[in-house]
Amino acid sequence: MSQQAVNGVPCRGKVLTLDNMNPNVRRVEYAVRGVIVQRALQIEKELKEGVKKPFTEVIKANIGDAHAMGQKPITFLRQVLALCSYPDLLEDNKFPEDAKQRARRILQACGGHSIGAYSASQGIECIRQDVARYIEKRDGGISSNPDNIYLSTGASDAIVTMLKLLVCGEGRDRTGVMISIPQYPLYSAALADLAAVQISYYLDEDKCWSLDVAELKRAINAARQHCNPRVLCIINPGNPTGQVQSRQCIEDVIRFAKEEHLFLMADEVYQDNVYAEGCKFHSFKKVLFEMGAEYSSTVEMASFHSTSKCYMGECGFRGGYMEVINMDPEVKAQLTKLVSVRLCPPVPGQALLDLVVNPPQPDEPSYNTFMKERTAVLAALSEKAGLTEKIFNTVPGIICNPVQGAMYTFPRITLPQKAIDKAKEEGLVPDMFYCMRLLEEEGICLVPGSGFGQREGTFHFRMTILPPTEKLKIVLQKIRDYHMRFTQEFS
Amino acid sequence: MSVLQEISPNVRNMIQLESTVLAIRARQIKEELRQKVRKPYKEVIDVSWGDPHRAGVKPLSFVRQVLSACLYPQLLNSDTLPVDVRQRAQTLLAGCDAGSVGSYTAAAGISEIVCRVSEFITRRDGGVPSYPEHIFISPGSQWALTSILNVLVNSEASPRTGVLTPVPCYSTATLSIMGLGADIVPYYLSEEQGWELQVEELHRALDSAKGACNPVALYVINPGNPTGHVQSRKSMQEVIRLVAEKRLFLLADEVYQDCVYGENSEFVSYKRVLAEMGPPLSDTVELASFHSASKGIMGECGLRGGYVELVNLDPAVMKYIYKLFSTYSCAPVLGQIALDLMMNPPQPGDPSYPLYSEETQHIRSTLAHNVKRVFEVVNSLPCFCCQPVEGGAFAFPRLHLPHKAIEKAKEMGMQPDMFYCVRLLEDAGVLVSPGQDLGQKEDTYHIRFCIMTSEDTMEEALRRLSSFQTQFMKVFS
Repeated sequence: MSQQAVNGVPCRGKVLTLDNMNPNVRRVEYAVRGVIVQRALQIEKELKEGVKKPFTEVIKANIGDAHAMGQKPITFLRQVLALCSYPDLLEDNKFPEDAKQRARRILQACGGHSIGAYSASQGIECIRQDVARYIEKRDGGISSNPDNIYLSTGASDAIVTMLKLLVCGEGRDRTGVMISIPQYPLYSAALADLAAVQISYYLDEDKCWSLDVAELKRAINAARQHCNPRVLCIINPGNPTGQVQSRQCIEDVIRFAKEEHLFLMADEVYQDNVYAEGCKFHSFKKVLFEMGAEYSSTVEMASFHSTSKCYMGECGFRGGYMEVINMDPEVKAQLTKLVSVRLCPPVPGQALLDLVVNPPQPDEPSYNTFMKERTAVLAALSEKAGLTEKIFNTVPGIICNPVQGAMYTFPRITLPQKAIDKAKEEGLVPDMFYCMRLLEEEGICLVPGSGFGQREGTFHFRMTILPPTEKLKIVLQKIRDYHMRFTQEFS
Repeated sequence: MSVLQEISPNVRNMIQLESTVLAIRARQIKEELRQKVRKPYKEVIDVSWGDPHRAGVKPLSFVRQVLSACLYPQLLNSDTLPVDVRQRAQTLLAGCDAGSVGSYTAAAGISEIVCRVSEFITRRDGGVPSYPEHIFISPGSQWALTSILNVLVNSEASPRTGVLTPVPCYSTATLSIMGLGADIVPYYLSEEQGWELQVEELHRALDSAKGACNPVALYVINPGNPTGHVQSRKSMQEVIRLVAEKRLFLLADEVYQDCVYGENSEFVSYKRVLAEMGPPLSDTVELASFHSASKGIMGECGLRGGYVELVNLDPAVMKYIYKLFSTYSCAPVLGQIALDLMMNPPQPGDPSYPLYSEETQHIRSTLAHNVKRVFEVVNSLPCFCCQPVEGGAFAFPRLHLPHKAIEKAKEMGMQPDMFYCVRLLEDAGVLVSPGQDLGQKEDTYHIRFCIMTSEDTMEEALRRLSSFQTQFMKVFS
């Protein structure tokens, strides 16, 4: 340990230092809440303190947080949750009967009839049953076993749990995990933390960010030299890219996973967020089963969903689940053991998930309002997706693929060489340099593409399409103006 | 062939708990009861978890009213809820982005709440300063504990990282340590001295680890789980001196700080004791202290609200801890709110105060009563004895099992205390945890059961336990 002397008296250094802390944790990066966001929060503080800036508010378009950007919660969901929280309200006639019925059912399933009791680690049984039924309905009747459903603290928790379970081996046998470039950086962070080998496969920007099996093959063959590839992660609809994979593509991926003996992790949290004409969400499980027994009885898979996105946007509840398919029963026992260490997922999040899979039916009092609100949210997102693509594509130097789904746009920006050099001078990657300036000049917070991964020599940023339409229009115009100014300055 | 024949050895090495087997059987029995199968009891009493609501303790009205208003702000527009509830909800919603509990929060928690947590800690510790930047709110204290352990444990190191862990210790903590690829270095608490921590035993444990692993941290639980022991100031000072001397990181699990029953017991935080010992110790000992909204009078386990306060850590390391927490987005907002309400309850003069006071008094006196009854009843039974429960959520009595019972257990391929728990569940419908899941001295047997229950539940559990114990001893002596 390093020993320093203070006034001639020897004193010892810290017990926990950069040198002896877990080296894997040192490699963890998570750009969505990284340096640029910290600067944005600092600027917000300065604005509050009355510091003058060229803008009056910071627009945080860095994170997929719908409510923070003004999207309203769905009334029915909040009514039931309020009733679950404070059951005295069950006597209040201001709450509709269908909300009360759902609340009573959920409370009945809770220990001591309270959402404050722990639930089983895998999640409340009747909620897992409801989730299984929802999946069956969604997938045209393909059966789903509630025992294969694990409720979780947001989808992130389930994703990390699966990776924790799967990553093993030493040296050249170390588990390799295939993730897309660009990707949602939870994956790269988890792989760093677990010291797994990251196997990057590039999505094709020129073809709307689609996935090409040839690219998967290239990546895995190269990887076999130095690791043991065992897992393939795919996000559909994509984050940050927004592409919605075609059914053919999903079949190809499943075939590839079978040939290469890979465990497939299908992140489907944006499954309700599909906007583009001609695009449709195809669940991996459904496609798997429609490919016949040769695949459906052998390919091992986990699919993930969440209450944070879609039309609910309830990020703060940390609700989610995964369904595991064709998992070896002994391995499943290990998984069940692993999830018990977290005790249980937040019960309000479990309750919320139950409502998402059990929404009001046409003959119920809350149906009309519920459908109106849901449709409005999804229609607004769809409109904003189209608007974003349109406006960005009018800017020379910005190329924007259609936002087919999810909540983000990931346009490619051309940066003049002078800007790239200036960034280097300042010790920043070029797209971080670009985004930092935008934040300082316009108060708009985006995440540089380098936080998600991109082809060498290309630059991008990720922006959410969540601000209300009128505000979004202004943000898009400001970015357009900024980009032209920036290009001019560095030409 | 399954692609998952290989899984993480850290996960494989996590012990399989017997409690899981019992829980599965308990579920089956509940189903059998629903099917009207005849049994000597009408329902199963589950006292295996530290889960007050499950065991009949009622949630606090103020807490639940505030939560409901935060969830459904329309409730702020009417007189349904008391005015201080509405005001509190308004203040809390103002701290949420766009006034919604559905928004993500800052990674370490809503900053106004983190500040108030910091203020609470300062008040609790008689003025010892606390810094919001050193506090991280997490989905329950376990999450925070696992995260800090993750920073401490280098799973590729040789020799392996070790963590000094008490015996007995609740299983979730030991499983977390194993799951991260660290070694448990056990130190035995002294049952005959009321489960005291003796510093000589810590020295012995450290010596035993020489050449086997590299101990980096000492994990203490105060008040204890399952022991219920409340550490004396003197003992805490000895621990602090030891960690300073041996250069260990101190992990202080203090989630039961509000649950103290012993007349001569008082909770004082490790941070306060450390501060009172003055420099150089107070400036150098590195400490993580954990607390939670799951225990105490509120008992809101299902909301998943907890925090860790870090003391004297290297600022460079703190940056990585922040990053690690940020990858999980944030703690559930309702859990954060529950923490806030726990630390800032209604005050005299507030409209909600009378009811709040009545409810909390009732719970406190129930717990004090339960603890007394457990001590009386268990110690009056043959071959059964219990140390005084000074604090915490559990009793951990010792079974002096007759030879015949131990033989029978062996025959059935079970540890003796597991055998006892199985029979207790089948014959009396009471679900408890076997000592083997928590660790105990060789050839000693214990059971653990929750004492944070309603009075009725406790009486019924003790009644069933008494008659079972008497019968069991008759059969096996």
